[in-house]
Amino acid sequence: MKRAPTHSYPGLNLGRRHASADQAAEVVTFGFWVFLMSDLVYFGLMFAIYITMIDAQAGGPGPHELFDLYSIFAQTLILLTSSLTVGLAMLALKYNLPRWRIVFWFCVTLVLGLCFLVLEIRDFMAMAEQGGIPQRSGFLSAFYGLVPLHGLHVAAGCVWLIVLGIQLRMFGLTDLLMSRVVRLALFWHFLDLIWIGIITIVYFGGLTYG
Amino acid sequence: MDKRSEMHRRERRRYVIGYGGSLLLTGAVFTIAYKYGIETKGVYLSIALLGLAQLIVQLVYFLHIDRRRSSREDLDLILFSTLVLLIIILGTVWIMGNLAVRMHTYPM
Repeated sequence: MKRAPTHSYPGLNLGRRHASADQAAEVVTFGFWVFLMSDLVYFGLMFAIYITMIDAQAGGPGPHELFDLYSIFAQTLILLTSSLTVGLAMLALKYNLPRWRIVFWFCVTLVLGLCFLVLEIRDFMAMAEQGGIPQRSGFLSAFYGLVPLHGLHVAAGCVWLIVLGIQLRMFGLTDLLMSRVVRLALFWHFLDLIWIGIITIVYFGGLTYG
Repeated sequence: MDKRSEMHRRERRRYVIGYGGSLLLTGAVFTIAYKYGIETKGVYLSIALLGLAQLIVQLVYFLHIDRRRSSREDLDLILFSTLVLLIIILGTVWIMGNLAVRMHTYPM
């Protein structure tokens, strides 16, 4: 039986063909993974605050008035698709496909990330119009502490995509840049995981218990 | 060359399976919410379980973390972080809920 290729760090590994880049990526990717896990604990704290604050609506607008599930559905699909396209960029990198393929999938991911942010900001503006502003109630403070924090991560990921795309064009596929792409893909998949937590706990949880 | 393109196809299929599975689970969650409304605890429980399933699908197919292939430290780190998270979240909910009951702000 053929042995499955060994994995030395989370995410898609670069493999033997890029042995030096693979080795360079191993330690830093593990360090980045530690960072992601600490970020996860931070998100977890915000989730905990939100759960305890669901009832603290102080007579202000609650989940039933504020949440727009159609928009949330669209955002979920967009973020999920961008997770796939960043994976395709990683595959293009690993299998030495022409460099424009990597840049193409980066661009698709960037456009999807920006669409996600536009929809999210539109949601926040619609909420604010109905009086759903952070200082209205404990519930809304917790909401605005958690969901825009995820949006901020997505925005940071978009900036990272742009910078890395420019670097790829300027310097080509060096070991350092390849290990950066590995970490960016990991970061992007991680954001999708957090988003699943947000739709389950913030939106559906809010609608059930709020 | 041929072996390599076969590997490529196999790994691409992995991503597509993860995407399809996540899409299916997302569709199921929103269909349940749309058809049954999100009022009862039973509906919410099924939504939460489907969310958990989607987390696992993405961990395995996108992040390539499972028991067999990844090095153990990554999985250990996830499990440890999950433990810390459970202590934080359950502890907070327990203590604050208990406080709310004692302060009579919570109808129980």
